Amino acid sequence: MQASVRPALTVNLPPIATSASARETPEALAMRMTISKLDFFYGPKQTLFDVSMGIAVNKVTSLIGPSGCGKSTLLRTLNRMYETIRGARLRGEILLDGHSILAQDVTALRRRVGMVFQRPNPFPKSIFDNVAYGLKVNGSKVPISDAVEKSLRHSALWDEVKDHLHKSAYELSGGQQQRLCIARALAVEPEVLLLDEPCSALDPISTAKIEELLVQLKDICTITIVTHNMQQAARVSDFTAFLLTGQLIEFSPTPQLFTTPGDPRTEAYITGRFG
Amino acid sequence: MSLRLRWRKFVSGFMLTMTGVCALVAVSVLFLILGYLAIHGGASVNWNFFTKLPVPVGETGGGMANAILGSAKMLLLATLFGVPIGFFGAIYLAEFSGSTTAFFVRYAADLLNGVPSIVIGIFAYSLVVHPFRQYSTLAGGFALGLMMIPITLRSTEEFLRGVPNPLREAAMALGASKWKTIATVIVPAAYRGILTAILLAFARVAGETAPLLFTALGNQFWSPGWTHPTASLPVMIYTYALAPYDDWHRQAWAAGLVLLVLILVINIVARAILSRGIAVPRS
Repeated sequence: MQASVRPALTVNLPPIATSASARETPEALAMRMTISKLDFFYGPKQTLFDVSMGIAVNKVTSLIGPSGCGKSTLLRTLNRMYETIRGARLRGEILLDGHSILAQDVTALRRRVGMVFQRPNPFPKSIFDNVAYGLKVNGSKVPISDAVEKSLRHSALWDEVKDHLHKSAYELSGGQQQRLCIARALAVEPEVLLLDEPCSALDPISTAKIEELLVQLKDICTITIVTHNMQQAARVSDFTAFLLTGQLIEFSPTPQLFTTPGDPRTEAYITGRFG
Repeated sequence: MSLRLRWRKFVSGFMLTMTGVCALVAVSVLFLILGYLAIHGGASVNWNFFTKLPVPVGETGGGMANAILGSAKMLLLATLFGVPIGFFGAIYLAEFSGSTTAFFVRYAADLLNGVPSIVIGIFAYSLVVHPFRQYSTLAGGFALGLMMIPITLRSTEEFLRGVPNPLREAAMALGASKWKTIATVIVPAAYRGILTAILLAFARVAGETAPLLFTALGNQFWSPGWTHPTASLPVMIYTYALAPYDDWHRQAWAAGLVLLVLILVINIVARAILSRGIAVPRS
């Protein structure tokens, strides 16, 4: 009975991340991004309180927590996407490679910090043009078709689409569309890739493919993923941050957070007592 | 069957028939007009109609070449004047303005859309015709352009707002600036709707007579350049239909037929455009 409830996963699942040993603390690693004393407000309402953490180079960092805990908000500060919302402002400091992201040109920042969204959102263009888009708007000098192929290979989509690159992106399945969105983000060679619940609209098999992909992508960029799925965080990430009502409760290597949580609230959440 | 059920069935049948008849009346008006125009004007639509000038009273034959060209020139001016203002105004409304500004601009556009076309004509007269003491193609085009602004603006805005927000976010997250996002993602995603809106605005003003009476006036001859009174199809229909000559009546019918066919063709083209290309699926 139990077995039939679980989705049948026949594809290769990534092993539970073990690369970060329990002794390896987030603080001891080279940091791609550093968040310090971050407060965030939507108008008068504060949604993040004094968050400080680091995003380690070439690791997967996941942000977990119940709905409304501020994990998506935190993610959206990292490429300043929050600025598209009227009345949103933050206090504190976020560094990318040691330089404040707030002092940089926002378009330049977003080239370095790419983002994949909750629902696949390909442009109403061909598969090729979707991936080429970032290169075109940024006036990239590299040959576009090579870069498109490279990105599609990175996102494990090349073999499925190489014969119909000029078809509409909407002809792909949901999971393929999401991998196309990852390819689109990878095309501009970002240093950091942010994913905002990238699998929440996908079926289990597509989800497994994307998880597998994330583990491979660590080699070429630093990944931060928001997920409402604790098993997913456990499977793909090296570090996990647990947020609750806008506060960072715990931030540790993933195996440690899930096996020996340091805070009773973390334990309550990961054991399913709330959220 | 109880009385109550029988009554219900009767009401149901009655209402169904009535809605059907109303729908039939609505579509048959178009076909009646088309048929009527074809019967009365069809015979006069010939090569001469498109190539010859009107002839003096008493002579038969002649055409409305000057009116066709006059209409074309004024519609060109109107499009050049009205469409950019409507289009860029819509971009401001949909992408930049706050909700208060948007409300007022939208409200003003709706009011402008509801201003009777004859009032638009008087306005154009006092602004363009009166100061220069000259009826002109320019003034006619200006009046028609004024009418195109609110139609283009409102429908373009609707289509821009219809572009899903995640597409804007996707473009911005790739490092596209706001204007690049608009130019490379939002407008292309909405372009078919926008083009349709422009064509419909064009079709709408193509048949306008009232704004031209005070601005382009009318002309029995060619109107060189842009600063002379010019003939136009709708005004020609108006003048010819009121005249007491059978031949003129036939010509007026023919002009009506040409105008209506033109508008039908534009509508069909607009629909064809809407059904092509990659559409953003509705989620």
